Amino acid sequence: MTSLWHLLEPLLPQVSKPARYIGGEHGMQTPEHGPGIVSWLLTYPDTYEIGLPNQGLQILYEILNERPDAAAERAYAPWVDLEAQMRAEGLPLFSLDTHRPAALFDVIAFNLSAELTYTNVLNCIDLAGVPVHSESRHDADPLIGAGGHCTYNPEPLADFVDFVVLGDGEEAVGDITDVLHDWKTSGRPGGRRGILRALARVPGVYVPSQYRPVYDRGNLAAVEPLHPDVPAVVEKRTVADLAAWPYPKSQLVPLTEVVHDRLNVEVFRGCTRGCRFCQAGMITRPVRERPAEQVRTMVSEGLRRTGYDEVALTSLSTADFSGIEQVVASTVDESGCGQVSVSLPSLRVDAFTVGIAAQIQRARRTGLTFAPEAGTWRMRQVINKLITADDLYSAVESAYSQGWRRMKLYFLTGLPTETDDDTLGIAELARNCVALGRSHVRSPSVTVSVGGFVPKPFTPFQWFGQNTTAELRRKIGLLRGDLRRSRGVQLKWHDPAASMAEGLASRGDRRLGPVIEHVWRHGGTFQEWSEHFDERRWRTAADACDIDIDASVYRHRTIEEVLPWDHLSAGLHKDFLWQDWRDALDEVGLEDCRWTPCYDCGACTGYGIEHVVASAVPPAGGSQGTGMDTSRGGAVPVRLTERGLVGAAP
Amino acid sequence: MSATRVRIRFSKHGKVRFTSHRDVARIWERALRRARVGVAYSAGFSPRPKIAFGLALSTGFSSDAEYLDVDLDPDRAAGIDTETLVAALTASLPAGMTAMAAAWLAPGEPSLQHAVTSCTWRIDAAGADALEASDSLERALARGELLVQRERKGRLDTDDIRPAVLAAEVQGNITDGVRLIAELGTKPRAVRPPELLASLDPPLGLLRAHRLHQWIATDGLQRREPLAVAELSVAGAGLAP
Repeated sequence: MTSLWHLLEPLLPQVSKPARYIGGEHGMQTPEHGPGIVSWLLTYPDTYEIGLPNQGLQILYEILNERPDAAAERAYAPWVDLEAQMRAEGLPLFSLDTHRPAALFDVIAFNLSAELTYTNVLNCIDLAGVPVHSESRHDADPLIGAGGHCTYNPEPLADFVDFVVLGDGEEAVGDITDVLHDWKTSGRPGGRRGILRALARVPGVYVPSQYRPVYDRGNLAAVEPLHPDVPAVVEKRTVADLAAWPYPKSQLVPLTEVVHDRLNVEVFRGCTRGCRFCQAGMITRPVRERPAEQVRTMVSEGLRRTGYDEVALTSLSTADFSGIEQVVASTVDESGCGQVSVSLPSLRVDAFTVGIAAQIQRARRTGLTFAPEAGTWRMRQVINKLITADDLYSAVESAYSQGWRRMKLYFLTGLPTETDDDTLGIAELARNCVALGRSHVRSPSVTVSVGGFVPKPFTPFQWFGQNTTAELRRKIGLLRGDLRRSRGVQLKWHDPAASMAEGLASRGDRRLGPVIEHVWRHGGTFQEWSEHFDERRWRTAADACDIDIDASVYRHRTIEEVLPWDHLSAGLHKDFLWQDWRDALDEVGLEDCRWTPCYDCGACTGYGIEHVVASAVPPAGGSQGTGMDTSRGGAVPVRLTERGLVGAAP
Repeated sequence: MSATRVRIRFSKHGKVRFTSHRDVARIWERALRRARVGVAYSAGFSPRPKIAFGLALSTGFSSDAEYLDVDLDPDRAAGIDTETLVAALTASLPAGMTAMAAAWLAPGEPSLQHAVTSCTWRIDAAGADALEASDSLERALARGELLVQRERKGRLDTDDIRPAVLAAEVQGNITDGVRLIAELGTKPRAVRPPELLASLDPPLGLLRAHRLHQWIATDGLQRREPLAVAELSVAGAGLAP
C-alpha cells in the first residue's frame, strides 16, 4: 500500500481549497514503479495554483513518462493549514498523481523559478522525511535535484541539494535517468557517493558536494572540483532545435483554479533583445523558434485534447516571432466559432503589437500590460530597453482607440545610475498615457506597477550594488508624492524588504545556506507571499549566521572579484558581460543580434549552435528596440556599440 | 422547433468531490468541449457557454444526483442521441464524475434552481450510536421548531429549519459512527446536512454527506426527480414523499 490517500482524505475537509491536493487532472499519468524504473518526483516549491501551470515541469513530466525506464509524478508545497495537519498526523509529502510518499522516489527534483521559494524547498525536503542537509542523507534517501533559472547560482542551496541542472532540461533528464538506471540495476556501485560522482560527469549537471569553496580573508577565492574527473566549469544544456521537442503534448488541465489557466504553446525560447536587467534573456540564448506549422498543430491539437478555450503563445517576447501575424490569424480562424481567445502574455511596446492584440482579443477587451521598465530614455539606454516614449504613446493611443480602457505599466526602480529625474519620469509617462486616453474613453486608467531591481547572475548588472531598502522606499515615496494628485493613475509597488531577501539569495555564496535554513527553521515559509514575509526574520538570520547584508546585497562588485557562479557557465563570456556593463554606464545601447551581425556573447559560438529564426528581418512596427523610428525612417537616436570592442580591456 | 436543451444527471464520488461548485462548472465546460458537444453561447461582448447548474453541492460532499442543463447550438443539436452523449461525456469527465443520464427538455421547462424543492441525503455522523441518534432525532422532530445559527453577511442569524426537515431516520451503525437518511427542503433556502446534525441535542459531527436524490414537488403529495435513473431509485426507499 503506497498511497497515502486514506490518511490525507480525513484532513481535507478541514483545509482551504482541498482540490489542490487531489490530483486527477486531465492529462495526469499514473505510472508504474518498480526496481528497474527510475522514479522522479517533480516538485514545485510553492502552492499548486502557482506551480501546476509551470511548463518546464509539465514538459519533463511527459518526457520522463514516455520512457520505459522512468516514472514521473508531481508534488507541490502544501499550504500552511495542511502542513500543520500533516505534521500533527505524521503524514509526509506526497505525490498528487498516486499519493505516493515522496521519500519512495529515487529523485525529488525541484523547479527553482524564484529565490524566495528556497525556504519552501527545505520545508518540502523535511516534509518528505529526508534530511535537509545533503551530507546527512543515507543511501536509501532520494536524491534531491533542482532545475530552473535560479540554478545559475545554486550556491546558497549547495548544502541542501545533491545535484542541479543548468539550462534546458529536455535532454538532461534523459541522461540523468540513464545514469541512475545503470546504477540502480547494477547493485548501486559506490552507494550514494558513487552516484553523485557519476552524476557530476553528466554535461549540464552540477553536484555541489563534488566541489569545495576556497576563501581568502573572508572573500570567495574559488569553487574547486574535488576530483580530476569532475569538470572545473559546468556548462549549461541547450536544446538546439525546439521542433524536436513538441511538449507538453497533453497539457494538464486542472480541476480547480490556477494561474495562467489556459493552453500554453511555447513559440520560441531565448531572447536577444539584450535587456541588461533580464536574467531570462541572457541565460536562455540563442533564440530558437518553433516552426510556425508546428505551432499551429500544437494549438489545434492542444485545444482539442484539453478543452481549453484560451491559448497563450508564450515566449519572452512573442511579438518578435517570425510571421506572428499569420500564426495568430490562422489560430483564430482554425479554432472556429470565435469562441477561442488567444493571448500574448509578453506584449512589445508598440502600436503594431497592439494591432495584433486587437485582432485576437475580440472578447474581454479590458486591460493591456506594457513593460517600459524605466521612466526616461536615458535610463532605458542604460538598461538597453530601447523603446522610445513615442513607441509607448503610440501603443497606448492605439489601445485606447480600439476599446481597451485600462493599461498596466511595469517599471523597475533602483536601476544602475538612476536619478530622481529618472524615477519621476515614470510618473510623467503614466500621466501622459492617461492624457492620451482622455480623447478616446471617459475615464482612462493607468496602473503603474513598480518593482525594486534585484541584480541577477549572468547579466551585465551582476556587478551592481542593489539599492538599499531605504533607498527603494524613498523612490517609491517620491512617486507616491508626485502621483498623489494625478487622476487616473494608480501606483502599486513590491515590498522593498522582499527585494532585499531576494538579492541576498540571488548573489550569495555557500555561506548563505545557514541563513536560508535559519529563516526556514523560524517559520519563514512561503516567502513569496506578502502575508508570510517578514523582513526581521531575514535580518535576524543574517545576524545569527554572521552575514553582512550591506556587503552581500548593496555592494558593487569589481572585475577582479570571484563571483559565486564563476565555476558555472551559461555560455556568456564574462568579458562580454563586463563590456556590456561598461556600455550601460556609458548609456550605450546594443542591438538585437538576431537580425544584426554576431557580437560573440558566447551563447552560440561556445556551443556550436545558432539562432533558429524563420525571418532574417525584424517584424514591422515601432522602433524595434533600436530607438529608431522605423515607421518614418528617422535617424537613430542611440549610439550602438562598435562590435570590435568586445573582449577589449574595460 | 425541436428541443435544444438537454438535462444531464451526473455523480460525484471519491477524490473529485473535493472540487467546489465553481470548479465543477469549469470542469463541465471543458468536458463538453473535449467531447465535441456543440454548446450554444450567449451573445454579446463576452460570450459564455449556456450551461445552468442546479443546487450547489458543498465541497467535500459526494452525490448521485447532480444536474445541469445545457443549451446546444441548434445547428449542431440535430441527430444527437442522448445515450451516445452520456457515454461521450463520461469519457471526457475526470475520474469520479460520471454522466448517468441525459434527456431533452421541453421548451418552457423551469430551471433546476427554480424547480427543485428537496433533496434526500445519506449522512454519516460521529458522536452517537444508532440508538442514541434515533432518540435525539425523534425528540428533535417532535419539537415545534429547530433553531440553527448561521453567519450571514458577517452577522449571526437564527433560522428555524424544522419546516424543511421533511423526513429523517437513523439507518444504523457504521464503523465510525451512525448513518442517517434525511430529506431536506430547499425552499426558501436549502438546508444543509450539517445544520440538521447541529440542531440535535446533543449535536452530532458530520463525517460524510452524500446526495441521493433531488426532488421536484409536483403537488402536495407527489414528487419526481428532475431525471430519474432506474437502478438508483432504491437508495432512498422507505421515506415518505
